[in-house]
Amino acid sequence: MSRLKLTGISRHYGDFHAVDNINLELQSGEFVSLLGPSGCGKTTTLRMIAGFVEPTLGTIEMDGQILSSPSGSVSPDRRQMSMIFQSYAIWPNMTVEQNVAFGLELRKVQKPEIKRRVGEMLEVVRLNHLADRYPAELSGGQQQRVALARAIVIRPSVLLLDEPLSNLDATLREEMRFEIRRLHNEFHVTTVYVTHDQAEAMVTSDRIAVMNHGRIEQIAPPRELYDNPKTRFVAGFIGRTNFIEGTSDGDRISFDGFSLPCAAFERDVPSEGKAVFSVRPHSMRLSIAPPAARDGCTPVGVTVLERAFLGEHWDYIVRSFEGVSSLRVMTSPTDDIPVGASAWLEVEPRQMALIV
Amino acid sequence: MARDVWRIGPHGQNSVTDDSLGARAANFAGVAARLRRLDATMLVLLVFIAVLAFLVLNPILRLIVSSLQETDTGRFTLDNYRAAYGSLRHLEALANSLELGVGVSLLVTCFAVPIAWAVSRTDMPGKAFVRLTVFAAFVTPPYLGAIGWILLAGPNSGWLNKVWMALTGATHGIFNVYSMTGLILVIAVTSFPYTFVFTSSALDLVSSEMEDAANILGARTLRTTLRVTLPLVMPAIIGGIIISFLEAIALFGAPALIALPARFNVVSTQLWQFFEYPVRVEEAAAFAMPLLVITVLMFWLQRRILGRRGYTSVTGKGGERRMIALGPWRWVMLAYALVVGALSVFLPMLVLFQAAFSKAWGRGFSFDNLTLHNFYYLLFEQTQAKQTILNTFVYAAVTAFAAISLSLAIAYVVNRKLVPWSNVLAFLCMAPFVIPGVVLAIGFYAAYASPPLALYGTATILILGFTTRFLPIAYTSSAAGLRSINPEMEEAVRILGGSRFLAIRKVLIPLLKKSLAGAWILVFIPATRELSSAIFLVGPHTRVISVMLFDLSEEGNFEVLAALGVILLLATVAIAVIGTKIIGRDFMLRRNS
Repeated sequence: MSRLKLTGISRHYGDFHAVDNINLELQSGEFVSLLGPSGCGKTTTLRMIAGFVEPTLGTIEMDGQILSSPSGSVSPDRRQMSMIFQSYAIWPNMTVEQNVAFGLELRKVQKPEIKRRVGEMLEVVRLNHLADRYPAELSGGQQQRVALARAIVIRPSVLLLDEPLSNLDATLREEMRFEIRRLHNEFHVTTVYVTHDQAEAMVTSDRIAVMNHGRIEQIAPPRELYDNPKTRFVAGFIGRTNFIEGTSDGDRISFDGFSLPCAAFERDVPSEGKAVFSVRPHSMRLSIAPPAARDGCTPVGVTVLERAFLGEHWDYIVRSFEGVSSLRVMTSPTDDIPVGASAWLEVEPRQMALIV
Repeated sequence: MARDVWRIGPHGQNSVTDDSLGARAANFAGVAARLRRLDATMLVLLVFIAVLAFLVLNPILRLIVSSLQETDTGRFTLDNYRAAYGSLRHLEALANSLELGVGVSLLVTCFAVPIAWAVSRTDMPGKAFVRLTVFAAFVTPPYLGAIGWILLAGPNSGWLNKVWMALTGATHGIFNVYSMTGLILVIAVTSFPYTFVFTSSALDLVSSEMEDAANILGARTLRTTLRVTLPLVMPAIIGGIIISFLEAIALFGAPALIALPARFNVVSTQLWQFFEYPVRVEEAAAFAMPLLVITVLMFWLQRRILGRRGYTSVTGKGGERRMIALGPWRWVMLAYALVVGALSVFLPMLVLFQAAFSKAWGRGFSFDNLTLHNFYYLLFEQTQAKQTILNTFVYAAVTAFAAISLSLAIAYVVNRKLVPWSNVLAFLCMAPFVIPGVVLAIGFYAAYASPPLALYGTATILILGFTTRFLPIAYTSSAAGLRSINPEMEEAVRILGGSRFLAIRKVLIPLLKKSLAGAWILVFIPATRELSSAIFLVGPHTRVISVMLFDLSEEGNFEVLAALGVILLLATVAIAVIGTKIIGRDFMLRRNS
């Protein structure tokens, strides 16, 4: 368990800046995800932490000791880290047991001790009955667990995971998310997790760093990231959202077809000029009967343009009577309002996030 | 030490000192890391790169340089070229080589293309057997085919002539293998498998819908085949024509066995005559240039033709394929395939085996003519023969190991981009592919036969020469094997604390075992039969079977010679069978691009 600190890390390939000035600090035992679309530089960042790629600029430190800098790097085999690869990279020429024991053998651990720790580890990932199998005889999920066991059994200073679940089918993927978090709760290894799947990041992580075009857009715990996205990219990438633009006159903010009092907002809003907010589709309520006004927020009259029943909820597209742009609203499956009907939309300013 | 020095530095500037210390530490770590990166594994790899230059680059450079040097003084001169091209005999050899190349490639096309079409596109019966015959023709060394044909069509005494005389009562045979026509036929029947493989694998990729489209417009089978199917695979056919042309002009064995008694020369035999006493390496180097230039140009041309994808529908996906029903014509096609098979395998091998087990081959097939003495003589009586057989297999085995080790190391460097310009290394590994064996051998002779290395007559120069010659085969296999292994396999070792060397030893090599075994056999088999470079590099104690066969034919001792050929063939077949068991069917025909 170690502290990990990335200071001003960049990686350039010619004119292309794959990673552009990243600062990130992990506390000992913390689980941080790098989340972003493909090509955002998250894997390159991970590979720099592992030592497979050298930074063009910046330094990577672990417990105050410099691991990587432009003038040279500690090679991957001397970093005391572990990594789980996208392909799992389970060695097909070794049994499950031999795979897991490999790192311990390199550390010159005594034979009986290796036997004991590998046994315990396989117990933890529920694979002890398959210890003598070869990887080709295992299912994808089992191979994944071998990879986890192999990485954790050496008690690494830092655990790195590179899209470890992307090759699994959907059900297994959901199960493994919790498995990974469970293992983290058990061993508290400082962990960096690379993924493009927001649900994975939200289930596993203490904090999520959302990356785009080689930069970190926002680092925050999952809840905070969802409720208060700082940028348009983060708001759009984590969950679905509506972007609405309003103009403030210091007292009220007028949107397309309705307005809200500045005082009702949780955070400071600009006293004048334009501002963009992110509104989650399910943070608004839709009803046929007009609800009472609260905190000076009057309900907005809307027309239902389109709708779709998705089982767990209704997906509505609505437009205010006076407005031109449409909003997406999710409601409970019981709120059955036909297309073309008029309804009342309640907008909650406290659930609107100001986008910088 | 460094830290102590800093402690006695000026006081009162803590922040500055701390910063500098940090910077120094970073710097220090940097230098250390850079040294570490030049670890033992990297040093070993650098040695391999040096070996590659020694094997490929230097001999070719020395070949070119020595063609421009005076024999004794080493001064620059053009005399070698004047001598090499100043004589009518030498120019005739050049012309003969061109005639041979053109003749062979035309005849090969007539043999290979119809059979490839029948096997790949029609309902001709006995396809598996025809494929097996082509494979047999592929593994038969051309010089054994030539010897078979000497027994078949030697003037008067050859089997075919005897049959002719018995049937017609003529006093003279009508066939004479000792002629340009004979030479063309002999080389064509042994080298048609290249064009066959090219054409049939291209035909396998042509979708039946292409033919259906022509049929629906009213074209019958013949017209469809000639106007649609064959034009689609034209690049592959042209590629085959080029390969057979190059094979024909580069061969040494068959021309030496047939052209020399027929009293004409081709380039390869002429080159060999430069090595009769007094050895004129410089003149030989000068005379080898056209062979080298033509080969390089033709390979470049072939690449261009095969690279023009847009022209063909050969995209890698087969699409739906149905076999064309030939009706009674399918028996005609089978008969044609069997005739070609008879010319290339059945007849020559029949007479070769007959001779191997005969007291005198001319006495024919009778029980009192049967004997095992030829084998007994080779394996037990004649000490030199025993040594020669042993040499052949030992050299081939060592060559295969050397070529694979070297090519694997280079493929690793290229695959992982460990040095700048690593693609140059890949190019060097593949370069011997376009160098004819005789030319390569002369380059080796020029570079390493004389002091300081003085390798002439040693096993070393033969093994080095063979290694270079078959490096492209080994490299193709190694590189393909490496590409199939995810680098993450190795990175997993590294991140758990293993060195690069450990990753190679514990993971890479075990995973590559099978493809390396295949590569080993692919190098071993041609190395046991190699003649064209061996003939220039052998010494009195390093003779190999191919060279001994050649010497025996000069003595006219065909029974013993045939027995030796049979030993070579059986060993080849045994190895190929083992290889097929280990690696799977067709692994030998999967070569060339």
